[in-house]
Amino acid sequence: MSRLTLLFWQLMVAVVALSLWQFLATVPVFDRILLPPFFFSNPVDVGSQIVKWFSSGVIWKHLMITLWESVLAFVIGSVGGVLVGFWFARQPRVAAVFDPYVKMVNALPRVVLAPIFTLWLGLGIWSKVALGVTLVFFIVFFNVYQGVKEVSQTVLDNGRMLGMSERQLTRHVYWPSALSWMFSSLHTSVGFAVVGAVVGEYLGSAAGLGYLIQQAEGVFDVAAVFAGMFVLSAFVILIDMGVTLVERRLLVWRPVAAESRG
Amino acid sequence: MADTAQPTAVALDEATVAFRVAGDRVYTAVERASLSVAHGEFVAIVGPTGCGKSTLLNVAAGLLKPAAGSIKIFDQPLSGLNRDAGYLFQADALFPWKTAIDNVAIGLDIKGAPRGQALQRAQGWLTSVGLGAFANRYPHMLSGGQRKRVGLAQVLIRDPKILLMDEPFGPLDAQTRQIMGNLLLELWNADRKAVLFVTHDLEEAIALADRVVIMSAGPSARIIGDWRVTLPRPRDISEVRMEKQFHELHREIWSVLKDEVMKGYAQSTLSAEVG
Repeated sequence: MSRLTLLFWQLMVAVVALSLWQFLATVPVFDRILLPPFFFSNPVDVGSQIVKWFSSGVIWKHLMITLWESVLAFVIGSVGGVLVGFWFARQPRVAAVFDPYVKMVNALPRVVLAPIFTLWLGLGIWSKVALGVTLVFFIVFFNVYQGVKEVSQTVLDNGRMLGMSERQLTRHVYWPSALSWMFSSLHTSVGFAVVGAVVGEYLGSAAGLGYLIQQAEGVFDVAAVFAGMFVLSAFVILIDMGVTLVERRLLVWRPVAAESRG
Repeated sequence: MADTAQPTAVALDEATVAFRVAGDRVYTAVERASLSVAHGEFVAIVGPTGCGKSTLLNVAAGLLKPAAGSIKIFDQPLSGLNRDAGYLFQADALFPWKTAIDNVAIGLDIKGAPRGQALQRAQGWLTSVGLGAFANRYPHMLSGGQRKRVGLAQVLIRDPKILLMDEPFGPLDAQTRQIMGNLLLELWNADRKAVLFVTHDLEEAIALADRVVIMSAGPSARIIGDWRVTLPRPRDISEVRMEKQFHELHREIWSVLKDEVMKGYAQSTLSAEVG
């Protein structure tokens, strides 16, 4: 299938789905409307809601807040994950001591932490950042840990035979390997940073996309709920495209992106 | 011919290498191996798969310590890694995140050479191994033979006095092996280093080396034969195989090698039963 045909069919799926939705929500079939507007709204209303948000400019503030929270969660979580992952992998004893606790914390569904973070950090952005960090940290941590552990023995021996000191091995062998694993989990960790931000906003905040959706739900404004979901999806797709560009640049040396743990 | 005034490059004296395996059992890989490589001499070690050839090479590299016996490098007992040696591994050992030229330059980089100078010399070495135009390729973009060439340049740029090679052309196809063998001889001819070359291919060993050393099958592999190859140099790998002397030597060594392979096989099945 050529690119154009593919694009055509991809668009057709959206057109058919939206038409069906519009049709069932507005035209009675056997004297009944199958998708009552109160519960399902309809594409035209949702679309006009989105247009209204953008034309009035209200949405930008919320988008920027969610974006900022996601970025902070991603950066803090990644830096923490890289440092701790690297440290644990190079110090097996430390890793062994902390192992059960790492597993314990990672097994905890992060949503239950949200109220605690709100209590500690207030309703502002930092409670959402904290929630995102707990998600991002573990993904990056496990990948970096794996990356350092899985450095090929031959490559290490080669480095030693070429005259590398332990510090040079860290810089030229362990570090690039760890980072490459981190980058290969980039999509997952960026995605989770956004999830952390939006879920945090949803559970208690004064701004952001999650807040927007939650507010709409509170007044049974189904059109706005759907509109918020669509804006959020588009937002995530845009970020993901950015990540793909960054990844292509950073992982040129890789034959195929290796599997990552998410 | 080796220069007698020069100290012996590698001298293994009754070296035994053992590994601790499950529990208290000890697996003796190589038993009382004595071997010397003169300065500028090309020595090939041949033996059946799993006979401990690579183990012996790792001892010479300082990656393994012998359980008994001694190893001397230029008359000095070896402790730690062998800093005079360059090691070409059997498996892929290039740094996958570095381009070909960075892989070659790394040996100079870590010694603190100026970046520009390191790159310039690395480019020179890439050209010597026939990859001048591939400097900015990453290892995965190169073929198996090209990766071996980069590996060779990576080792040679440091100008080691001893070259250790562990079945370096093992994974390559027959034609590429011949081309690589000729390249190796050409580079070695220009600046004769002591070479310890491990292979399971007897023909390759005779074609390349000044001396061919045969090992018995493991465990407890021993050195069981040592032949001098007097074929004239410079040699061409594919042509030298046509010579009468080559065939005679091959027949002679193979008769011993074959016997020992069979004996070694019987030994290993027996020792497995005894435990």
